[in-house]
Parts: sequence; C-alpha cells; structure tokens
Amino acid sequence: MSRVFTYLLLGLLVQQPLLAEGSAPDSTKNPIEISGSAALEFRYFPQQALSTEQSDSNFSFSLQPEFYRSWNDGKNSLLFTPFIRVDRNDSERTHADIRELVYENVSNNWELRAGIGKVFWGTTESQHLVDIINQTDLIENTDTEDKLGQPLINLALIRPTGTLDLFVLPGFRERTFAGNEGRLRNIPAVDTGNPIYESSAEEKHVDWALRWSQTLNNWDVGLSHFSGTSREPLFITNSDGSALIPVYNLIDQTGLDIQTYQGNWLLKLEAISRSGQGARFSALITGVEYTVVGVLNSPIDVGWIAEYLFDDRKENALTPFEDDYLIGARITLNDEQSSELLFGVIQDASSDSRLFTLEASRRIGQSWKVDLESRWFSNVQPSEIIFSLRRDDYIQLTLSKFF
Amino acid sequence: MKALLTITLTSLLTLNLAFAQTPEERGLEIAIESDKRDTGFSDQRAEMLMTLRNATGKETTRKVRVKTLEVDGDGDKSISIFDQPRDVKGTAFLSYTHSTKPDDQWLFLPALKRVKRIASRNKSGPFMGSEFSFEDITSFEVDKYTYKYLHDEEIDGKASFVIEQFPAYDASGYTRRIVWVDQEIYQPLKVEFYDRKNSLLKTLTFHEYQQYLDRYWRADRQEMINHQSKKSTTLKFDNYQFQTGLTDRDFDQNSLKRSR
Repeated sequence: MSRVFTYLLLGLLVQQPLLAEGSAPDSTKNPIEISGSAALEFRYFPQQALSTEQSDSNFSFSLQPEFYRSWNDGKNSLLFTPFIRVDRNDSERTHADIRELVYENVSNNWELRAGIGKVFWGTTESQHLVDIINQTDLIENTDTEDKLGQPLINLALIRPTGTLDLFVLPGFRERTFAGNEGRLRNIPAVDTGNPIYESSAEEKHVDWALRWSQTLNNWDVGLSHFSGTSREPLFITNSDGSALIPVYNLIDQTGLDIQTYQGNWLLKLEAISRSGQGARFSALITGVEYTVVGVLNSPIDVGWIAEYLFDDRKENALTPFEDDYLIGARITLNDEQSSELLFGVIQDASSDSRLFTLEASRRIGQSWKVDLESRWFSNVQPSEIIFSLRRDDYIQLTLSKFF
Repeated sequence: MKALLTITLTSLLTLNLAFAQTPEERGLEIAIESDKRDTGFSDQRAEMLMTLRNATGKETTRKVRVKTLEVDGDGDKSISIFDQPRDVKGTAFLSYTHSTKPDDQWLFLPALKRVKRIASRNKSGPFMGSEFSFEDITSFEVDKYTYKYLHDEEIDGKASFVIEQFPAYDASGYTRRIVWVDQEIYQPLKVEFYDRKNSLLKTLTFHEYQQYLDRYWRADRQEMINHQSKKSTTLKFDNYQFQTGLTDRDFDQNSLKRSR
C-alpha cells in the first residue's frame, strides 16, 4: 500500500466528504467519532528465565484510539485504528501498527473495502486454523488473537445463495516475535531482520483469497481458499546457531468452518488442508460448547467447552496441538460489572504435557476494566515446539481505560 | 309483558354468547387484537438507555441502539448495538425471533471482528446484566403463549383486561406471566413474571405511551423490579423512528460486522 494512498484515506477522514448524496453534506451531523482504549499491563513470571537476558517481571503500556467517520447514511465510512505499545524490557515488543485504515462502500448486494483491514474467519475457541488474512502480532500475546493490519481490497458479493468475499492482498506482514530480552520466546530467539521468502517478490508478493459463507436456519458455513505467502513461517537455524530465521513459503490453503446449535449445544468445526510447506497436510479442530443458564437459581451462566485438535503432520507440526484436547469452562456472572472467568486446559493425547489458561475480567465503574490472565506450561516435552516456554508460566494483570 | 320477555330473552342470549367464549378463547382473542393493531410498522429504530439499580440503589447505565424489522409470518429480526459502557462499544447482537422454535442469535465481538453464534435456549439469561432477560426483550408473537382471560380491572385510571399467559416455547424462565392490557390501545400496562417455582419474580410497568404514525403505541419508559433480588432496571427510549427503509440486508451477518 503506497504512502500516498494512506495519506489520501486519512485526508478523507478529516475532510468534508466529497461523495455525499442527497442532502447537503453537514459536518456537524457526521463528525469524526473518537473512541479507544489505553492499557497498563504487568506480567510476572514466577520461574527463573532460561536466558539471563530475560526478566522475571515486565511493565508495558499500550494505546489504541479509533477514528471513525461515516456519511451517506452509513453507506460510506472510513475507519482509522492506530496502535502503539511501549514495553519496559523487550525492544521488539515496543512497536506500532496501523490496525485498520479502511474505506468502506456498502450497497444492497455488494460491499467494497480498501485500505488496511482486519478480517476474522473461524468458529473454535482453542485455536484459529482457518483464519488467515491477517498476520498474527504474536509478540502481543501467545494466544494468537492479536493481528497486524493487512493491506487489502475486499469485494463482498451478497446473494441469496450466500456471500462471496474476494480479496486481493498486496503486501505481506512479517510475524512479530519476542526479542532477546522478552519472555515467551523460543531459545534461541527468532531473528526477524532477515526472513527468507520463497517468492522473489518477497514481502511485495500479491496474495489472493476468497470465501463463500452462508447461513441456513441454525447453520453457519464458510468455505475459503487462500493463495500466497504463509502467515505461519517455518524456521531454520542461522549459521552459528544463535537465532532462528523465519521462512515464508508460498502456500495454498483451503478451509472450512461450521457452527450450529442443537438446544443448549453449540457445535463447531474448523478444518484446513495446506500445500506448499513440504508435503500437503490437513488439520482439524472440532468441539462443543454447552451452556447451563442460571446455575443454582442465580443469574450465573456456566458454559462448558470441549474441543479436539488434530494435525496430520503429528510431531512435525508447527503447532504444539497436533493431537490434543481442550476442556474449559466459561463462567459469566451477569452482574453490572460484566464479570467473567474462563478456565481451560489443553492436554496432549499422548503425553502429560498440559497448557493451563485462566482469563478473568471485570469492569470498574463505567469506563475502566481489569483483566487477569495466566498461562501455565506443565510437563512440556523436549520434542514439543513450545519446549522453550517451559519456564514461562505467567500472571498478567491489565488495567484498561476506555474512552 | 311480551316486550319484557323479549328483552329478558335477548339479554339471556347475549349473556349466553359471552359465556360461550371460554377464558382461553377470550385471552387469545385479545392477544390477536394486540398483534393486529401493532402490525404493519415494517421497521423501527430507537435509542435505549438502561439504568441498572442494585439492592442498595447504586446505579450503572448502558446505551444501546436497537433496529427492528417486521417479518411477515415469523418473529421480528433485530439488531442491538452497544454504545456504553465503553468497553463493550461496538458489540452487536443480531436476533431472528421465532414464535415457538428457538431464535437464531449471533454476537459480534469487535476486538476480534468475530461473529459468534449463541445457543438461544438461554432465553432466561439476563440481558446485559439487567433485570430484563432475553425473552423479555424479544418481540411479541401470538404463538409464543397460550392464554387465559381472568377479569377486567382498572389500573392507574385505565380500564384493562387481565390475562394469564403461559410460555409455549422451550426453556422459558417463567411458568406464567400476568398481563394487564389497556382496553383502549391494546398495549400492556403491567406484567407480573412468575418463576419456575411459580412465585412472583418480577413486575414490569409501562409508562408514557406515545403514538407514532397515528397508529403504533410505544412506551417511553419501562420499569422492571425484581422482587427476589431487590434489583431494578429502567429502560428509557428515545428517538423512535418508523418505516425508515430497513430491509433484510440490514439484518444479515455482513451488516452485523459493520455495526457501529
């Protein structure tokens, strides 16, 4: 995405819309809406780090404002979401990104988006297999749910037979990894300065994707295909063994995602088949969520989550979840503070390796929120890809202000 | 003499006709009339301010914009967009209401840009931590209940029909509701909710009815009191708009993802 285009979009945000139809443009009626959040994060690692460069605790600050303007009765809009994090220990984690800078034009049977955007595909809780448009901002959180903004042009064709989304993705974003001073990283660390690309166009390779999705009664189904640079790299060790070099191959990935319900049961499936990183492989996550409403005559809901994760590369998989189970519970207090607690354990089917996760949150007053997050790596085997994280159990406390 | 007899016979006949209708039929008839009078608005938009009060009187507020599309022969479609509290800003809830089969519901989570389906049997769960449950805020459909007319009663100077309603759908949090229907505008004035043990759980009252498009009545304010938890919730509606040109397209998942 050229710099000129970026400025053009930002200009649209602050200036009088040129294309407003019907009534005369009225800037007081369509002002820029500003919202967002600022957060202070504290992480504590009870176990001593594997590397002497790493610390046992960390402070970090992040800011994510959002500027939005719409006109023409909401049919045209522009959204700008910059993000910045300042990290006390890890210079790699101090980073900025344009999460979104996207122009949108909506019509009755099509929608067009152009700029830097964010797209999510998927249904399961433990991992997101099918989701592929955006690169993971892994340095933010190992749960892979934070994403870098992706340059894109997206045309959605909306028909009674479903929605067909077409994507042109000009430009690739490298995955972020913790630096030498950061915890939750591989030993040795990943050197993000010298990635290897299969495409001679390197990060300028133009990828494409399409997805058909349809809702029929209680079924939501999505079928997708992506062709381009893999968001998930392979790694090679550098010449002196002091760092891992990411290798970004050209891949083709077909994905299927389904969600449906029967009574209190939600049923979910994500499956992919990918070629281009060695032999073609397939992976699958399937599971259920069962919600008990009003436990013991209280307003509290308890949702039980169970998922099975499979990857036919087995031990050679890039994921630690090649034959694993997730068991979890989501407790929703339904109080004024929207208090929630999510607890989960992913258990390897063939060893004692376990990953425990706890996430809890509660609003304070009208615009503050406190989040507690903790992950514990238990009995991680040397053969596993997350073996380097075996001492990186952590407790994270985040205080956020929303505006 | 003959005239008197005729009159007596006529009045007996009228009485008989009235009695020929069972309380169940009478209740259903009133429900059908309520539904008929509220049909044809095609779509509506409103802004809703929720004030939640706990047992000690401490208040918190939520702001939600609600769009509704009338669907012929089925329950309404609606989309609720949360503006406040700020941490849930941009969260949106899409619902296709059905009379007796389970509703279809999706939640849009803006941080992840994710659309999540919700198992909709959780009708009895609270809506945004308020004293309103999901089943209290969905559209009224005749087939959702079976009815029993109880008697006429005057409340706040208004003549009303008092009707017992029994949920005909699965997983309701109530055994029954008692509804006071205004005899003039055929809108509810008061609703009592009885929990699964059949004891009084909540009372909802409707205030400041206004008429729109010379036909449709909407209450500007609703007060829900939970007698068991001593908590209460006030809903205040603002900026009602009707027939704004919304279509099915405004209630699909593409629109849900664009909600703001």
